[in-house]
Amino acid sequence: MKPLLEVKDVCLSYHTLSGETPALSHISFDLMPGEFLAIVGPSGCGKSTLLNLICGLLTAEQGSILMDGVPVTRGNARIGYMLQKDYLLEWRSIYKNVLLGLEIRHELTPEKLSYIEEMLTAYGLDKFRNARPSQLSGGMRQRAALIRTLALKPDLLLLDEPFSALDYQTRLHVSDDIGRILSKAHKPAILVTHDISEAISMADRVVILSRRPATVQRIVPIDLGLTARTPLASRNAPGFKTYFNLIWKELNKNA
Amino acid sequence: MHEPSRAQRQYLLHKKREKQLITVSRVFLFLFFLGIWELSADRGWIDSFIFGSPSIIGETFVMMCKEQGLFSHIGITLAETLISFLLVVVLGVGAAVVLWAFPRLSRVLEPYLVVLNSLPKSALAPLLIVWLGANMQTIIVAGMSVAIFGSIINLYTGFCEIDPEKRKLVATLGGGKKDELFKIVLPSSIPLLLSVMKVNIGLCLVGVIIGEFIGARKGLGYLIIYGSQTFKLSWMLTAIIILCVIAMVLYGVLSMVEKRYLKKI
Repeated sequence: MKPLLEVKDVCLSYHTLSGETPALSHISFDLMPGEFLAIVGPSGCGKSTLLNLICGLLTAEQGSILMDGVPVTRGNARIGYMLQKDYLLEWRSIYKNVLLGLEIRHELTPEKLSYIEEMLTAYGLDKFRNARPSQLSGGMRQRAALIRTLALKPDLLLLDEPFSALDYQTRLHVSDDIGRILSKAHKPAILVTHDISEAISMADRVVILSRRPATVQRIVPIDLGLTARTPLASRNAPGFKTYFNLIWKELNKNA
Repeated sequence: MHEPSRAQRQYLLHKKREKQLITVSRVFLFLFFLGIWELSADRGWIDSFIFGSPSIIGETFVMMCKEQGLFSHIGITLAETLISFLLVVVLGVGAAVVLWAFPRLSRVLEPYLVVLNSLPKSALAPLLIVWLGANMQTIIVAGMSVAIFGSIINLYTGFCEIDPEKRKLVATLGGGKKDELFKIVLPSSIPLLLSVMKVNIGLCLVGVIIGEFIGARKGLGYLIIYGSQTFKLSWMLTAIIILCVIAMVLYGVLSMVEKRYLKKI
């Protein structure tokens, strides 16, 4: 099987007047179709920068990022991106918020609109379509943000710590929700997180990055032997702790 | 809905009383001031020729309405203020958008804007009269000159303070600078625009009056200057009090619009 996304030998530095700081150094990994990849690493190691490169908002100084063999570009409709916060716009209703991407891309077609209806119903936001974002709970807001991203029918989803702004309990529920939604749709995704449990509970493979300048320290395939793999069930699986310790040790190797 | 509890009712009553007390005190203060003014003029504690009195101002107001066409003066000043205000809003937003869209241009222009903004605009008025002539156009420009640079700077600064992550959101959805402007920057700046407008309507009035002082044959500013030159102090006081009312009403209207909008979102 051919990989969906290939990250090949990517290097990037941050430039300031006082000098140059290498951020990413020779990063390489693949993403297979339908696969859920998690990227963990110490904070400030350049995880978010890596996502910006993958969706084409930044360009690598060296190396290449290919999607189906073609270099990624800015504004790529095939890649959806979930930011750290939901960034729902306060002056729009929930319905208007989830339409934002389609509006920008001028794709308000009946087909896309009915897809949105489906998702609003499926994710329990149907009754809140006319509500303002401030009237919704953190979990519901995050689901609305997910619909906004999925409305464009991306082939790959990038998640940049999308649960970090939520409190712990909501966070478990939302990651459970989103994990279920994604695995149902067989959407390949890359999740960036500093939460090891979150990574193990959601991902098929975990890419461990080192301290800055980040390199790929190790890639750990996760097999918890579960048939229905929801993040909450994963956390209770017998193998969970072993993986946790393994990744924890890797992360602390060069601390 | 169940009945509010006793404590809740008491709380609401307390809040209502507090509000009433403030309103009553405000009205009382106003009436008290008028009373003292009238009384001291009447008893000769102050010279009513110089300081006027509420009754003299009232009489002057009625006289001016009848004989001087006071309302056409008010109308002129009001029209000049509103036109310059609208132009300030349109040009201010336009210029701020251009500066936002071209960061390099804004960096080049920044020191010039700061200088123009800190310049006392009343110094420009005599020059404007010479350049543009003593007509309504000049006075509108004078009104604009007081408010425009501050508006541009305020709006532009507000545009730049918008969370860069929101702009990134637009980029991740495949949008460009135009989408950032229309989907994020402008809609999220409406509260800012309303508060800038609230300040500017007063500033435009100031500019218009300065303009009328030196280059007009009509308007409240003209009446004030004419009154001072012919020593008709009651004219001046009447015009000033009308200005107070105008300023209050214009500000009040914009405040109401702002409140309405903020309530809606």
